[in-house]
Amino acid sequence: MRYLPKSPAERELMLKEVGAAAIDELFTVIPEEYRLSRDLDVPRQHAESEVVEYFRAAGAKNATDYTSFLGAGAYRHYRPVVIDSLVQRGEFLTSYTPYQPEITQGTLQAIFEFQTMIAELTGMDVANASMYDGSTGAAEAVMMAVRITGRHKAVVAKTVHPEYREVLATYTKHQGLPASLAGYDAETGRLNLAELEAAISDETAAVLVQSPNFFGVIEDIPAIAEIVHAKGALLVVAIAEAVSLGVVRPPVEADIVSMEAQSFGVALSYGGPGCGVIAAKEKYVRQLPGRLVGQTVDSNGNRGFVLTLSTREQHIRREKATSNICTNQGLVALMAVIFLSVYGKEGIRELAEHNLAKADYAARTLSAQPGAKLLFQGAPRFNEFVLQTEEDVESLSQRLIDNKIVGGVDLRKWYPELGNATLWCTTEVVPRERIDAAATIFSTDTVEA
Amino acid sequence: MTSLISNPQTLSNKKVRPHQTQNEALIFEKSAPGKCAYRMPPLDVPAVDAVELLGASHRTLYAELPEVSEIEVIRHFTRLSTWNYAIDLGMYPLGSCTMKYNPRVNELVARTEGLAEAHPYRPDTLAQGSLEVIDLLQRTLVEITGMDAITLQPAAGAHGEFTGILLIRAWHESQGNARKKILIPDSAHGTNPATAAICGYAVENLKSNAEGGIDLEALERQVDGDTAALMLTNPSTIGVFESQIHKIADILHAKGALLYMDGANMNALVGKARPGDFGVDVMHLNLHKTFSTPHGGGGPGAGPVACKAFLEPFLPVPVLAKTGTEGLGTKGLGTEGLTWDYDRPQSVGRVRAFYGNVGVLIRALAYILANGPDGLRQTTEDAVLNANYIRAKLEDLYELPYKTASMHEVVFSDKKQAAKGVKTGDIAKRLIDYGFHPYTVSFPMIVSGALMIEPTESESLEELDLFIDAMRSIAQEVEETPELVKSAPHSTRVGRMDEVMAARKPVLRWKPTA
Repeated sequence: MRYLPKSPAERELMLKEVGAAAIDELFTVIPEEYRLSRDLDVPRQHAESEVVEYFRAAGAKNATDYTSFLGAGAYRHYRPVVIDSLVQRGEFLTSYTPYQPEITQGTLQAIFEFQTMIAELTGMDVANASMYDGSTGAAEAVMMAVRITGRHKAVVAKTVHPEYREVLATYTKHQGLPASLAGYDAETGRLNLAELEAAISDETAAVLVQSPNFFGVIEDIPAIAEIVHAKGALLVVAIAEAVSLGVVRPPVEADIVSMEAQSFGVALSYGGPGCGVIAAKEKYVRQLPGRLVGQTVDSNGNRGFVLTLSTREQHIRREKATSNICTNQGLVALMAVIFLSVYGKEGIRELAEHNLAKADYAARTLSAQPGAKLLFQGAPRFNEFVLQTEEDVESLSQRLIDNKIVGGVDLRKWYPELGNATLWCTTEVVPRERIDAAATIFSTDTVEA
Repeated sequence: MTSLISNPQTLSNKKVRPHQTQNEALIFEKSAPGKCAYRMPPLDVPAVDAVELLGASHRTLYAELPEVSEIEVIRHFTRLSTWNYAIDLGMYPLGSCTMKYNPRVNELVARTEGLAEAHPYRPDTLAQGSLEVIDLLQRTLVEITGMDAITLQPAAGAHGEFTGILLIRAWHESQGNARKKILIPDSAHGTNPATAAICGYAVENLKSNAEGGIDLEALERQVDGDTAALMLTNPSTIGVFESQIHKIADILHAKGALLYMDGANMNALVGKARPGDFGVDVMHLNLHKTFSTPHGGGGPGAGPVACKAFLEPFLPVPVLAKTGTEGLGTKGLGTEGLTWDYDRPQSVGRVRAFYGNVGVLIRALAYILANGPDGLRQTTEDAVLNANYIRAKLEDLYELPYKTASMHEVVFSDKKQAAKGVKTGDIAKRLIDYGFHPYTVSFPMIVSGALMIEPTESESLEELDLFIDAMRSIAQEVEETPELVKSAPHSTRVGRMDEVMAARKPVLRWKPTA
């Protein structure tokens, strides 16, 4: 076996040293009836070339030559080459969680830089070292608000990613934490503020909204915050499309922000790993879940970094911890730091403006086709938009696929009230020519099925 | 740089030589307006006026991100990387963490274009490659664990525990009573009690017996009609297999309680024994431990949950399903296709967005393919042999609190060294001077001053001997020059950190100077 660094003679020698005649002597502590006396029924040992070939073939089956207009919580942006050059350095890739600061300053400093960049982008004071993803991060943020306020109810906007809402329901089901829904305004696609106000009571711990929301519409965060805070609840803002922060005003009025940072240089990879992260106002730092890196000095007075405030965490507090999270998304957070270093202060704005322009062009072009209508024109949006079509979603999607285009996400499952509605995303990597191609297919008369 | 040789008489110097490390500021401190590391292609659609489009939602105050050139990005992160210890540099004997070699071909295949670029909402017909990878990994892990069904969705071990306990809760509820408490041995990982708590269960501590294992009498006494499950790590955190495992399962099952296994230590069992065969009802695996996916300085991981058939209806949505000839049947896919099934009325619900850390799953499958059944078994045997070799070579100098046979890890205590005022944490720091990452310190908590050592299968005899030399040399230093050990490390680019100051006045971010 090519990963095992021992010769048969060395194994024999070691067995002698431990006083065993054969390797199976070391397994006799397992009762005999539970010892496996056969080979596992798994694929045979493959050569490296065969492993590569297997995955190449699998990748090819995924059909790579399609233009995709999919977003909805997972976004394709260009990934600068240096990201993979750097994260594949063994010193980052094959290092553990930095519990020993003397020999993990590299990881620690990079996380400190990550925390800083996320705080800067979101307009919060502090950020943690990462969460699993945007959905679990949003659920943990709501639970954090429960700890802070001592209240036990939540209000969730219907414009929050439906899968995030489902995850929240799973997390809160057994904690006596009922969540009620607040609907959206049919004209703007924004959270309905009157419904929000009616839904909040003096038992509401947190209001969870998403901005840009699931329809791609930017919520009126200052107005929402005013309503939420007037009732003594905390505002949790989820951000699924992190690139939006290059040009969209950050939710500075929020108390907690839960962001999915996958857009910052992380491959789609069929939905994971992503890079969740929670940011918050400084006064709530001791209720944050997950790891935190802090600055300190070493015994010689030099600046250094350590994991800190660990009395919040499961390995110290066990069942009283703020969360059970342990391993999170370290290397993916590093990808985000490198991505943000490459684009920088000006680049993230320019990148976001390209997204804005592409999506604006796509929305105008596609909605100009016969039978297509752009919904929610009454509010600003980032790089996603909802189209309502006269044509059935299935028929339209199939005609697009026949022309190597994967159209918008079918919204009927989650928002049947919108009829034949699809959610389209256009990032900087979609060429104008493909937007025009999609428009042509829209306008082509449908053949009777 | 010469402080390393502070005690040349005793310091084994075969592995370590000082080498150049460079100071490196925070990336924000290297920033200057006008520098950049990117260039956007020309915009091929009309430019827009962001202020006009966004109105009050337009960002006016830009985030203080660094402005640097590409070479500075490369140098910055490359220099930072040189401050890290890593498996690629040497042995990383962190007990319970299974820091094994991370094969590089896994990195390559995870970046296969069709897999890495696949959007989670592309139609199933256009994602058959990703689905086949998930399906094959599911089937191999079901076989390896001896269970009946599996979900690959959980993002890490603790997330797997959460999912597994939710399955248990849902099953109990389907029987008419969710029950109230989870039993957790005092030797367990901290994630176990934290998980039970977020699933709405009370945690009841189960005291270990004199051998560090489950005390059957105590278990018998504590299991009652309120007990939902026992969360058991097997082999335990002291590296010992619970040889009474079938009795443990019987006691639980007799009272209608279930057996959850924390699979953190599966590296001791793969190909040699299967939890499904010895009474486990549900368990999680840590793909970033047993199945070689890189730990990456703290993730991403993956924590699949495998269960017996009676728990299968409760698995989180969606579940992978096969379609018949009438289903997907797309050209070139044969008669069957794979699809996501959301129609699962008894499901515990969704535990995350999309389907799991697929990029991690790809790496784990690549590892399994490279090993095959013979390689997986040999891997387990080597891991156990390595731990026992270290035990045999160190037990004369370090106290072995439990004499029970070790599997993949061995736990010593600092009892002998503590008599000289040297604690496990000091010995760990001194190991750094010898070119090794420390073992796991002060865990499990049932051992006072624990040294928890897990070498994994990835260490050659030569590296093991260097480690043993280092540990023996440190034991001698404790006798002769204990101060040297207590003030270690001496060779690192930074000294011991002031952790009290870090926690008292937390500085969690850099701030631009006003």
